[in-house]
Amino acid sequence: MAALGIAMGGGNWFSALALGVTLLKCLLIPTYHSTDFEVHRNWLAITHSLPVSQWYYEATSEWTLDYPPFFAWFEYALSHVAKYFDQEMLNVRNLNYSSSRTLLFQRFSVIFTDALFVYAVHECCKCIDGKKAGKELTEKPKFILSVLLLWNFGLLIVDHIHFQYNGFLFGLMLLSIARLFQKRHMEGAFLFAVLLHFKHIYLYVAPAYGVYLLRSYCFTANKPDGSIRWNSFSFVRVISLGLIVFLVSALSLGPFLALNQLPQVLSRLFPFKRGLCHAYWAPNFWALYNALDKVLSIIGLELKLLDPNKIPKASMTSGLVQQFQHTVLPSVTPLATLICTLIAILPSVFCLWFKPQGPRGFLRCLILCALSSFLFGWHVHEKAILLAVLPMSLLSVGKAGDASIFLILTTTGHYSLFPLLFTAPEKKNLFLIGWKLSTSLAWGLWKSSVNLYSLSPPGS
Amino acid sequence: MEKWHLMTIVVLIGLTVRWTVSLNSYSGAGKPPMFGDYEAQRHWQEITFNLPIKQWYFNSSDNNLQYWGLDYPPLTAYHSLLCAYVAKFINPDWIALHTSRGYESQAHKLFMRTTVLIADLLIYIPAVVLYCCCLKEISTKKKVANALCILLYPGLILIDYGHFHLGFALWGVLGVSCDWDLLGSLAFCLAINYKQMELYHSLPFFCFLLGKCFKKGLKGKGFVLLIKLACTVVASFILCWLPFCTEREQTLQVLRRLFPVDRGLFEDKVANIWCSFSIFLKIKEILPHHFQIIISFCFTFLSLLPACVKLTLQPSSKGFRFTLVSCALSFFLFSFQVHEKSILLVSLPVCLVLSEIPFMSTWFLLVSTFSMLPLLLKDELLMPLVVTTIAFFIACATSFSIFEKTSEEELQLKSFSLSVRKYLPCFTFLSRIIQYLFLISVITMVLLTLITVTLDPPQKLPDLFSVLVCFVSCLHFLFFLVYFNIIIMWDSKSGRNQKKIN
Repeated sequence: MAALGIAMGGGNWFSALALGVTLLKCLLIPTYHSTDFEVHRNWLAITHSLPVSQWYYEATSEWTLDYPPFFAWFEYALSHVAKYFDQEMLNVRNLNYSSSRTLLFQRFSVIFTDALFVYAVHECCKCIDGKKAGKELTEKPKFILSVLLLWNFGLLIVDHIHFQYNGFLFGLMLLSIARLFQKRHMEGAFLFAVLLHFKHIYLYVAPAYGVYLLRSYCFTANKPDGSIRWNSFSFVRVISLGLIVFLVSALSLGPFLALNQLPQVLSRLFPFKRGLCHAYWAPNFWALYNALDKVLSIIGLELKLLDPNKIPKASMTSGLVQQFQHTVLPSVTPLATLICTLIAILPSVFCLWFKPQGPRGFLRCLILCALSSFLFGWHVHEKAILLAVLPMSLLSVGKAGDASIFLILTTTGHYSLFPLLFTAPEKKNLFLIGWKLSTSLAWGLWKSSVNLYSLSPPGS
Repeated sequence: MEKWHLMTIVVLIGLTVRWTVSLNSYSGAGKPPMFGDYEAQRHWQEITFNLPIKQWYFNSSDNNLQYWGLDYPPLTAYHSLLCAYVAKFINPDWIALHTSRGYESQAHKLFMRTTVLIADLLIYIPAVVLYCCCLKEISTKKKVANALCILLYPGLILIDYGHFHLGFALWGVLGVSCDWDLLGSLAFCLAINYKQMELYHSLPFFCFLLGKCFKKGLKGKGFVLLIKLACTVVASFILCWLPFCTEREQTLQVLRRLFPVDRGLFEDKVANIWCSFSIFLKIKEILPHHFQIIISFCFTFLSLLPACVKLTLQPSSKGFRFTLVSCALSFFLFSFQVHEKSILLVSLPVCLVLSEIPFMSTWFLLVSTFSMLPLLLKDELLMPLVVTTIAFFIACATSFSIFEKTSEEELQLKSFSLSVRKYLPCFTFLSRIIQYLFLISVITMVLLTLITVTLDPPQKLPDLFSVLVCFVSCLHFLFFLVYFNIIIMWDSKSGRNQKKIN
């Protein structure tokens, strides 16, 4: 009995947090799920019933496979467990099949794969310097970071209500960041390469990785004033990094290269025909651009400056995914968005190259890359805001200034995710969860910033 | 209190868990012709809105008492009326007379769940928070942890048909413990007028207040207090029953609906002495009807008499809470027409003593949730049941370190075991026994749950598993009855020296 007591007590708050959020996820099983549920069921069916050569050609359902090959192999592995729950879900023709066992299996698979995310958070906590904190558990940066990451409201709605597999993917990303903090660069690079082949949206932050690894890992030393020392360039390191990326890509794309399907795979992965904005607009720059265009066209019509016959009938606000032309302002091409994104990330990348500040500088650049791509990218989903919010949590427990920025970013970011849930019971639910998490954020950050303001020297 | 943000988070966690559990199916969903308790609540809104007060409790062509007739006191009816006005504002189809029977829709479910949540938020949760804040001699963190455990108690989350009566009863306990006797007794009268099962708690209230009056001296302040209390009680009852006091027939009919003495000793399977006894001996068929009533009456009062007498002679806040537990438990075990859900009336006082005897309270609360297993499985609440039970257990185990608090002193059994040791010097292994019993109990409960969920009962005994669950729970409750009575009776000296007396 005493042994059980020690196991249960002992202040093991991390396990309590992880277990608590897992139980909450179990309670969210009967909530509303979006079409993404059917998407993943379809992919289970495709990878299970069809040979590899058919995976990127199959189009019975409108939800074709548009993630890189590693994710397809992941679905293939899941499908072998799925057949014990309900064989029918693995039939490609069973469109919109969602028996209760299917639902149970899919929800549990998300909850289960989140174990990687929990492990990654554990590793990130090790990278946080906790010596400045007070004795109270709730004031320790490690505790605050765990709450902010494990109980992240956005991740809960997107993964466990709306239904996606972002948990373990963000786990991979956080783990690679943690490895870079721990100076295990090769592992970090390897994990990021693997991540890219799971979901290519992480290309948004690839520049940060590339520049950081090149500057701070391949150049082994700096001059005393911090600028680059060209003769410390290490060929060995560059080659080994290149080898890692090459091997991972070969493993992923190799089979499809052999089958001569690479163009098809790439066209599935990068569907530029999908239009500037997603069906539900992500709150980025192009949303404002579209809104301005709409307003101007209405004003133009009222003032009879525009000819009604020349205006395209389809509207951008109809909730469909198509390509459109703008009426008043110039139309935007994918190239234009790429140029805007590159211009936006240039300052942070330059800073990372010319004035590297170690892993923290890298993290800052990563967040800025994610935000810039979110604001100016082509066909951005609202969920992409999580790419900026989660790494920002790591920064926010370190410095007071970061904490205040984080509070604004996370509140608006999570608020912008609300349209993802549009049935009434879930709306009430998310208000509750969101409210609770915002409160916990608020006190956590306030406490930690109070500590940091009083304990750390200014300008650190 | 400096940790307001922690308490807010705890309340929000409680609300979130309640809301996510309510997303599941409700009782009687999609099961015509009678449906379930959900339909009963909707029907009461229909009746109270459309019919005049005089007809609410009477059988008529518009009001078929066989179909979920109103069988709770007037305050429930007024509350249903209020909800009906809101329903009328949103969608009159929900409460249209006759045509809305069996009405089921997403919007309506949302409405019903919202009314329950608001009721909890306004009455029950503030009472819990205030109660935990008023606990003496424990750190703020422990107070917050206490609130978390009470709010996570699975029974009250899974049975979510509005706990106005428990909320009011809790306000009553709070008032009476903090010396606001009039407010406390007013709150408790409102509780009784909401659900007549609150009478289970009435004796301890009566004895405690009477004891206070005696203590203050019947010739002076005590007498004044007694008169004031009597006036408060009478006034609140008259206020609630005003429309029904005009005719004798009205009052009698309401009483007949509230106390259906023709219904028999027990109905369905409940973790009650009579139900368990009837496994061996079919009392319902052997004994005549009025004899059954007399027997249950006698047993109930005999079992609760010692504790109540002690409370009257030595009123103390601690004794009051423990007597609430033992009285409610006696009523549950021995009384007439007890429903499985009535165990919640015992669980509430046990939640109140969670900080004093964490180990036994947690054990009791787990058993009380387990005793409702057949009911919850019928409502398809297995997943929420498992999740909330695990969450509750982990919360209690970590907040109170219950496994380290199993010594005799922690279990409040020191004086008892000292007395026993006068006769039996070798009686030293009490806490060991209790620990082993706990282990056996948990294993049994888990096994029974697994069996009930996975296997089918044999053809000849279709109710085998529910009967087993009831029988096992009943044994547990008897054990707890003895335990709580021991604490009360042997509390003499430690009670007076304790700083917890108000």
